[in-house]
Amino acid sequence: MKFIDLLHTASSSMLRSKARTILTIIAIFIGATTITLTNGIGTGIKSYLNKQIGNLGATNVLTIQLTNPSSSGPKSASSAPAPYNSNQRVAAISGGRNFEQQLLMSAKNINTIKANPGILSAVPARAISPDYIMGLSGKYQLSLAQQFGATSAQMLAGGGVNNNSSENQITIPGNYVSSLGYSSNQAIIGKTVTIGITSAEGIQSTVTTTVVGVQQIAVIGSASAYANTSLANQLYNIQSTGLPAATVNSYTTVAATFPSNFTPAQITSLENRLKTEGYTGQTVKDRENTVFTALNVIIIVFDMFGVIALLAASFGIVNTLLMSVQERTKEIGLMKALGMSPRRIFTLFSIEAVLIGFWGSALGVGFAALLGKVINTIGQNGFLKDFKGLSLLTFPITTIVAVIVGIMLIAFLAGTLPAIRASKKDPIEALRYE
Amino acid sequence: MNSVVATKNVSKTYGKGEAAFSALENVSLSIAPGESVAVVGKSGSGKSTLMHILALLDKPTNGTVLVDNQDASSLNGRQLDVLRNKRYGFVFQQFFLNEKDTVLNNVILPLKIGRVGRKERLERGMKVLKAVELEEKATSRAGTLSGGQKQRVCIARALINNPGVIFADEPTGNLDSHTGKTVEDLLFRLNKEQGITLIIVTHDPDIAQRCKRQLHIIDGRLTNKGNI
Ligand SMILES: Nc1ncnc2c1ncn2[C@@H]1O[C@H](COP(=O)(O)OP(=O)(O)OP(=O)(O)O)[C@@H](O)[C@H]1O
Ligand SMILES: [Mg+2]
Repeated sequence: MKFIDLLHTASSSMLRSKARTILTIIAIFIGATTITLTNGIGTGIKSYLNKQIGNLGATNVLTIQLTNPSSSGPKSASSAPAPYNSNQRVAAISGGRNFEQQLLMSAKNINTIKANPGILSAVPARAISPDYIMGLSGKYQLSLAQQFGATSAQMLAGGGVNNNSSENQITIPGNYVSSLGYSSNQAIIGKTVTIGITSAEGIQSTVTTTVVGVQQIAVIGSASAYANTSLANQLYNIQSTGLPAATVNSYTTVAATFPSNFTPAQITSLENRLKTEGYTGQTVKDRENTVFTALNVIIIVFDMFGVIALLAASFGIVNTLLMSVQERTKEIGLMKALGMSPRRIFTLFSIEAVLIGFWGSALGVGFAALLGKVINTIGQNGFLKDFKGLSLLTFPITTIVAVIVGIMLIAFLAGTLPAIRASKKDPIEALRYE
Repeated sequence: MNSVVATKNVSKTYGKGEAAFSALENVSLSIAPGESVAVVGKSGSGKSTLMHILALLDKPTNGTVLVDNQDASSLNGRQLDVLRNKRYGFVFQQFFLNEKDTVLNNVILPLKIGRVGRKERLERGMKVLKAVELEEKATSRAGTLSGGQKQRVCIARALINNPGVIFADEPTGNLDSHTGKTVEDLLFRLNKEQGITLIIVTHDPDIAQRCKRQLHIIDGRLTNKGNI
């Protein structure tokens, strides 16, 4: 038989016992829908986070800390304290329930970091704690971070800060615009705002800066404003006035930039080189990956439900086809008597199995995509209003094809047992069968 | 001597040991091209068993089957399939039609199996349906036909590949005497006009008499010599 005739024969025999076929297809449908939906959510969230990654800071910056051999993992609390080392100083850092020890760095460390090929600049990442930000009227709390490297946050208006400019520049999150007294994102660009900050001696001063950009509000990372080098330096100088020099000049974290066209492999080798020198460097991507790992675990758990549904469905396929083979003993015997080879009989039943898999998965994937569209529309007008640009469910064509092909493969495997049984039918037995 | 089908000392035993049952014993025969042969005998005597072995649907326990003077056991699976598809036509007592499919589709099944194209299938299908006078039933479902019409559809299906040999196992067994006669006439006309070799298993003495030769089977043995 030609392939097209096999396909034809298989689909018409599939339709012969409609109820049975439809029930099997429904089982596959449920599995396919579940798997597509969970993966759709995973992909949607991931691609949104990827777009938002800029809000965590520039992607071409390594956040570098000294690797503390005594503080690796939770067991550090119970293990013996590290011996004194005149070159090492330690700061206590609040990390959730536990306090972690963090080794402090000095100018010397910055120079070793800078000496690495590929490092463009290395500056201490200092915590700046402004008191307030003020626009046309009213003072508001502000979380401020220094912008290292190029801005990669998504901008609603304006652009990123210029670190080479001697002018003070700032980008603010979108939700500050109206509080600062401006009617639109565009209206605040180029305007001056005031930042209040208190020195170590307790004296409050103000610094003015130009707003150059309005950032989209982030889901991950806090809604920080970003200062250029000039503004950050000025604020830090005020904040540290009155502190001993040893404190001012020791840092827990150094921000080092590398060329933004570095490949992931180049970044990894840079990180490895720093590791051998005793530093732990992390990019925003690295931090994002820890989030993704957690997300993947959740997706896998949901996928399991889909897989269980598919497992049940594949037994449904085995059962459906075994019954079909039994019922069609005469037909199989006749086809063999008329010269159809066992291999073709096998193919015929395999095609039937794959067809059931195809219809179940295609309908399931289609239904999931439709459901996703509805949920996205509802979400964007309701519970996801604040997350502009988030499609909760995203279905790349690769996922859709992978789910359909995967299920067709499962269906094929489930169909092998009945198909082998059919191909081994003895025509004589079939002709005597009544 | 030239033969389309022949056997040498063929035996068929079902089961093993105590339960062993010998359905055929030492059957030797030879059938020449264009001959018409009736296989007659009591129920359970081994007629169908012999026909299945002659048609290569079953294998003998002992002895050899010859196809065109060649040992059939030397044929591989593919050659057997081609032989059954192209050279043999089968007509069974229980019809074996796909009742839910159309008459035409039932008739062209051997062509589908033999990978013949759609257009040619249609042409040849209509041609054989015409030969059995059923062309106006081509698009009817096979299940809606009468017994005699069903058997003519089976004959049309057996004819579609212009076979050299037609094996018919009680082709009129399920038919009343009048429709039985129509089917009988059709088979003998094909034998006479197209020279198709006819091997008919039958209870009907009239059909047996119309055949050039009768093979009598009693308890799995041929009573007369199979050779002419
Ligand atoms: N698969 C089998 N296993 C055991 N015995 C069998 C088998 N097939 C046939 N037989 C036996 O072989 C003998 C011959 O059977 P066969 O069908 O050839 O008879 P028959 O002459 O065609 O009879 P009928 O006229 O009733 O069709 C019978 O006794 C039958 O019971
Ligand atoms: Mg019989």
